[in-house]
Amino acid sequence: MPWLTVLGVIPLVGTAVIAALPRERPVWAKWTALATTVVVLALTCVIAARFDVHGPRFQFTEDVSWIPAFGIHYALGVDGVAVVLLLLTAVLWPVVILASWHECEQTRRSVKTYLGLFVSMETVLIGTFVSTDLFLFYALFETMLIPMYFIIGSSGTPRASYAAMKFLLYSLAGGLLMLAAVIALYVVGPKSFLYSDLQNLHLPTADARWLFLGFFAAFAVKAPLWPLHTWLPDAVAEGPVGGSVLLVGVLDKVGTFGFLRYCLGLFPEAAHWFTPVVLVLAVIAVLYGALQAIGQRDLLRLMAYVSVSHFGLITLGVFAFTSQGQAGATLYMVNHGFSTGALLLIIGFLIARRGTRGIHDFGGVQQVAPILAGVFLLASLSGLALPGLNTFVSEFLVLVGTFTRYEVAAGFATAGIILASIYMLVMYQRTMTGPVRPHVEHVRDLSLRERVVIAPMVAVIVALGFYPGPILDIIKPGVAATLQQTHDTDPQPAVQPAAVAPSGGSS
Amino acid sequence: MLTTHAASGVFSVTWLIIAIPLASAAVLILGGRRTDRWGHLLGVAAPLASFVLGLVEFATLVGKPEVERSIDNHVFGWTIVEGFHADIGLQVDALSISFVLLITGVGSLIHIYSIGYMAHDPKRRLFFGYFNLFVAAMLLLVLGDNYLALYIGWEGVGLASYLLIGFWSYKPSAATAAKKAFVVNRVGDFGLSVAIMVMFATFGTFSFTGVFSAVHGADPATLNAIGLLLLLGACGKSAQVPLQSWLLDAMEGPTPVSALIHAATMVTAGVYLVARSAPIFDLAPTAQLAVTVVGAVTLLFGAIIGCAKDDIKKALAASTMSQIGYMILAVGLGPAGYAFGIAHLLTHGFFKAGLFLGAGSVMHATKDEVDMRRFGGLAKPMPLTFATFGLAYLAIIGFPGLSGWFTKDAIIDAAYHKGGTSGFVLGSAALIGAGITAFYMSRVVFMTFLGRPRWEADVHPHESPKVMTWPMILLAVGSIGAGYVLMLGGRFANFLAPVVGHSEEPSVQPASTAGLVTLAAMVVGVGIAALMYLRRPVPAVAPAGSFATVAARRDLYGDAFNESVFMRPGQYLTRLLVFFDNRVVDGAVNGIAAFFGGFSGRLRYVQTGFVRSYALSMLGGVAILVAALLMVRG
Repeated sequence: MPWLTVLGVIPLVGTAVIAALPRERPVWAKWTALATTVVVLALTCVIAARFDVHGPRFQFTEDVSWIPAFGIHYALGVDGVAVVLLLLTAVLWPVVILASWHECEQTRRSVKTYLGLFVSMETVLIGTFVSTDLFLFYALFETMLIPMYFIIGSSGTPRASYAAMKFLLYSLAGGLLMLAAVIALYVVGPKSFLYSDLQNLHLPTADARWLFLGFFAAFAVKAPLWPLHTWLPDAVAEGPVGGSVLLVGVLDKVGTFGFLRYCLGLFPEAAHWFTPVVLVLAVIAVLYGALQAIGQRDLLRLMAYVSVSHFGLITLGVFAFTSQGQAGATLYMVNHGFSTGALLLIIGFLIARRGTRGIHDFGGVQQVAPILAGVFLLASLSGLALPGLNTFVSEFLVLVGTFTRYEVAAGFATAGIILASIYMLVMYQRTMTGPVRPHVEHVRDLSLRERVVIAPMVAVIVALGFYPGPILDIIKPGVAATLQQTHDTDPQPAVQPAAVAPSGGSS
Repeated sequence: MLTTHAASGVFSVTWLIIAIPLASAAVLILGGRRTDRWGHLLGVAAPLASFVLGLVEFATLVGKPEVERSIDNHVFGWTIVEGFHADIGLQVDALSISFVLLITGVGSLIHIYSIGYMAHDPKRRLFFGYFNLFVAAMLLLVLGDNYLALYIGWEGVGLASYLLIGFWSYKPSAATAAKKAFVVNRVGDFGLSVAIMVMFATFGTFSFTGVFSAVHGADPATLNAIGLLLLLGACGKSAQVPLQSWLLDAMEGPTPVSALIHAATMVTAGVYLVARSAPIFDLAPTAQLAVTVVGAVTLLFGAIIGCAKDDIKKALAASTMSQIGYMILAVGLGPAGYAFGIAHLLTHGFFKAGLFLGAGSVMHATKDEVDMRRFGGLAKPMPLTFATFGLAYLAIIGFPGLSGWFTKDAIIDAAYHKGGTSGFVLGSAALIGAGITAFYMSRVVFMTFLGRPRWEADVHPHESPKVMTWPMILLAVGSIGAGYVLMLGGRFANFLAPVVGHSEEPSVQPASTAGLVTLAAMVVGVGIAALMYLRRPVPAVAPAGSFATVAARRDLYGDAFNESVFMRPGQYLTRLLVFFDNRVVDGAVNGIAAFFGGFSGRLRYVQTGFVRSYALSMLGGVAILVAALLMVRG
């Protein structure tokens, strides 16, 4: 059974059904969207369960020649990294559909158009993670922009249109550079776009470095890495909250996924050569994003900058070239999706109640909506990487993995944990504690639907905090393969405990 | 040397010591109002159960030969990436079991007390939930057999502290204090996390046995770096200079919280960290010296602040800071001081918890008044509180024969025995500190319990209910007796020796020269206080005071320093960066784009329909470009 094709086609079928539904029955569209994404979730779980961590790197492979004239294949396959990102995608989509249950009626688009955009986007995202043909990947990478562009602009305000446009232009500019690199790779390479044919190419050093830059630019815009990040706060703040969850939760991960799969996998020498620059940018992103977050007055913009800071950590882990760093970075991609996703969803609930996203318009919510405040605090603590919650495991792996090779970069990045406690707890303090502010007294606690939305997020945040083992087991072989591609081994400890004879010291 | 033995018998259920309060916390936090009726009972039962288990383990441990007194209980393998083994295991040895008994023993008493103290709070069961969470995290901190497990517990107690300081977070002051405590602690956590990273890079492990068996192979610079980073962590958690500023604000929490977390247990975690890392510090003289300096500075710093505070809880908090300074000083002295530092930690657990519970009892009786200028003469209506508070007071000032006398004098003596200039300076600091301690603690007792009553007419002080007084009585017993039990015949030092090493010094003689001078300093301190606060009436409004008094009232400008050096510049920096991001970064990218495509202008005046066609035409352009390039090259 062509598992991955089926997985990708289900949302397309769902989209077609939604398109065929009568416009005056928005509820039908909602249930269809939810059902479709739940089926995808179920199938993804099956795929993850059947993924053999001891098997070959790419599994569930499919390979059909598509455009033979240019050596383009319809080739699919997943490694461990792709599997966990598929899981992230599959969980977030139904959660966001359910969270947007009422939000989707308040845009200038019809419910079925709006939900159709969401569901169709899932196909594209699944495609980017599972394609093992570079051309196919590129095509899907660019296609992703279309539904997201319309989703960001769906409120129709000038600010939203501006934000959508900005998102599109940044992404297109990055994408064009990657396009040039893809074409150039075809020209100098083996006239194939198959990932398996593009490894170990022995390109001239200078060529490989230019090609690396082309790919890097596209992914650095998507991730987004400092200083290419300024589209993100606008997009997150002006777009609908559901769209923002998917944007920072999943779409942006294509950038960091691309770093690992393509920048490192295809151009190992160039990746090493550029590492100092990338590390500096990543550390700047960590600290700069955190300081920006502290200075924001808008809850959504704040979360966007938090994400910039966390993407910096992910990038750091990827370019540390250690198994801890890269496994941590991959796990961070998943964890960030859940912790930031949960925060954005709760902020969405707050905005729906109060009609504003200004931090100072809230205050004292804890007294009128204790459960809402409680889950908000839990998600905030996950965001500041408290041990026992999911993000800590990944953040610590990233920092330790970076430290063994790049002490200074890791040291600076670790200072980010101080700033993280400030931006998270200041946000919590201003919105949730203190006396009840005017207009906050009518804020209701979470409804049943909202509890159903937030419950899986909280469950994952806690579960992956205590027991990340199963996910890491899936990630490990994928990371090991990447390190093999880049010819890296982990630095050995300076002092081997086993090598030291037990000293007979008295102390 | 350190060898650990696999767990068997009662030690194979060590995990229950942590799991019981953790499970109770989960029930109480998630259970909601359903647990209101019986929540406090469960909340008390959990630490009591852990205490009983700890007692059994302690008895078994003492019965074993010395070399077998370290038992490792492997719980489960945590995140394992290649070369990164972080197994969670629990290690029961002399050091950890001492802490277990302190945490669960004193903890249980304070839990019982809280039944009465929090009786009228609608969220009492949540309070117990957080309290149990704290106990569980603190037990993980001391029982973990590696630095990562310690770090998880370390952050866990930080979370519990945050939740409990901010328990009444509808008060902005409480919410601010909670956040401040967490953020300042995070600075310390930065040190601890980097220390763990250095360990991993150097030794490839963070297990205690792994690291300690390899320290002899590491170069001193690395060990000093690890030591200093651990010290930074200890400064945060234990409110030592320069990370002391959060502790006084933390008194916003309910008083039992101040007693358990911010006096008896959590704030002593830094002392535990240094003592546990003895094999590292013993080979890192620079770091060790820094530890003693931090301890000596803080013990004076806290004592001076304590002299000027009119808020009874803040005076006691300053005293805690100062007493922990003694402990830090002691464990910085190396094998000569570890046992004394930990012993003082244990006796301090009794008498300081007793003092805080006494203060809570007084507040309970006076409508939550904390200003000592509005107390006075409370000994009469509250005899039990006065008696227990009084005994704890005598213990802390080092009245001969009481617990504080044994342990504090030992530290002063050990500091002098270090020898050289540093020994003299450290010993003298500790000696002067003892005098100041006697002064400020006498001031608290005189202003609160003696003299003329100064309370408002509508306040009717009364003795607290039995559920509150019994824990105070038991703690008073501990304040009297703990010193004998621990110190006579060097009993505790011998018990701890397998973990922290033997001291070459024989046990300290109570009648040494330093001991006599300390006694004199104490008498002088009490005498001055008596002159100032007993002979003269205490004004209801604080007098203006000298420069020194004002400085001490303002926490020796600790907050002012942080504000002017970190907070304000930080605020300006973030404001500048926000401006920079909006104008410069965003502007530059837009500007470059405008230079090439002229879209910046259009961005500002986008019309909705126009945007759509523009976007589609861009995408179309890309598609055509792909096709064209492929045609050419095909």
